[in-house]
Formats: sequence, structure tokens, C-alpha cells
Amino acid sequence: MSELGHHSQVLSMAIDVTAAMILLGAVCAFVRMIKGPTLPDRVVSVDLITVFAVVIVGLIDLSTDSAPFIDVAFAIALVAFLATVAFAWYADQRTEQDLDRPALEDEGEEEGR
Amino acid sequence: MEARSLFLDLVVSALLVGGGFFLLMAGLGILRLPDVLIRMHASTKAGTLGAGMVFTAVALHSGDTVTISICALTVSFLLVTAPVAAHAIARAAYRMRVPLWRNTHLDQWKGQYAPKRKPAPAEEPGEVRPDLGG
Repeated sequence: MSELGHHSQVLSMAIDVTAAMILLGAVCAFVRMIKGPTLPDRVVSVDLITVFAVVIVGLIDLSTDSAPFIDVAFAIALVAFLATVAFAWYADQRTEQDLDRPALEDEGEEEGR
Repeated sequence: MEARSLFLDLVVSALLVGGGFFLLMAGLGILRLPDVLIRMHASTKAGTLGAGMVFTAVALHSGDTVTISICALTVSFLLVTAPVAAHAIARAAYRMRVPLWRNTHLDQWKGQYAPKRKPAPAEEPGEVRPDLGG
């Protein structure tokens, strides 16, 4: 990855190490997304995976000295925020529907709001 | 150019490796921590810090103004939106009654989000909802 630009030795090594660490973190987040027990687990891990994607695109920008990639990173950050909020809204709407059912465990006092 | 470039490369490398370390910690934390609300700590804080460090490195490496300003914009956007998104997911998760960790012994909202019934006929005469009949 780092042969594409002309960097010094330490910088290309740092780029490789950073890419490896980000890849490892992304693998961890993917595992959590696959085996996450509930929907919010998966949403949180997808959020982290999009952060990883943003950072990878920024790293590609640094590695290849191609300036337009940073716009891609910004666009991914925008879309990731919208996706996360949309997932949260969807989960909340589903909870609203579920809350119309009778309660599973009832503590006796309803909230006064 | 060479001396400046070497020093700058050292700073950029340190920022890159530090950011990658925090991102790796975010991934490990989201894999290993026991609970959604606890996993969110790793995902939001360490992830945002790592992304900010990597983008600082990108901005330092490429000296032109456009890249620096877009990097600053991206980092500030991440800093603004990460708490909002995390709050939205956390609220949804708590309302979905995602099971908390077994060692969680302080749940200040216990009962606050109890499932509301339909406008109950007998038990709550005080609650009047004129519009939402049914």
C-alpha cells in the first residue's frame, strides 16, 4: 500500500502498521456485528466500522498523495451519521410498537411522566 | 526540505501509529466488553480519538490548505455527531430493554421507561387522553 507514494522509510512503515491495526480492529468489529446478540450491538459495530472506513480512506489519501480522497472520507462520515441515526430511529419506532403490548414484567408503578 | 521532511515524517508517523492503536483498542473493546452501553464507550471515545489523530496526521502530511481544512471539517463533524449518534442508539437500546451487564448495580432509569399501557380504563382515571382513543 505504501509503495504507491514516495515516502521516507519510517513513514511507509508507520502507514503499514496503522493499516494493519485498523484492519484488526475492523475484524473485531465485524465479529461483534455478526454475533451481536441484539440490534443495538449491530448498530454500534456498524457505526464503528464506518469510522474505520473513514480512517482507511484518509490513510489512502496520505499514502498515495491523492488529494480528492479526503472528500470521500468526509462524505462517508456524513452518510455514517445519517445511517446511525436512522437505525436508532427505526429501533425506537419498533420499541414504540412493542410498548403497546402488555408488559412482561410489571413493577407496579407506572411512571408519572 | 529534507530536515523538515524528516521531522514532519516522524511526527506524522507517531500520530498515525497512535491513532491506529486507539482504533485497535476501539475494535477490541467493542468485541470484548460485556454490554451494549459499555461497548459504546470504546466505540465512541476511542474511535473518535483515533480518527482525530489519523486525520491530524493526514493534514500535517499534506500541507495544502484544502486538505487541511477538509480534515478539520471531518474531525469536527465526527466530534459533533458521535455523541448524538451514541445517545440515539443508547436511548433506543435502553428502551428496547437490552439486558444490562450482571454487575451493573446502578440503574437510575429503572422504571422510568416502563412500558405504558393502553389508556387503561380502571386503574388510572386521572390520565385523560382525548385524542388518542382506543
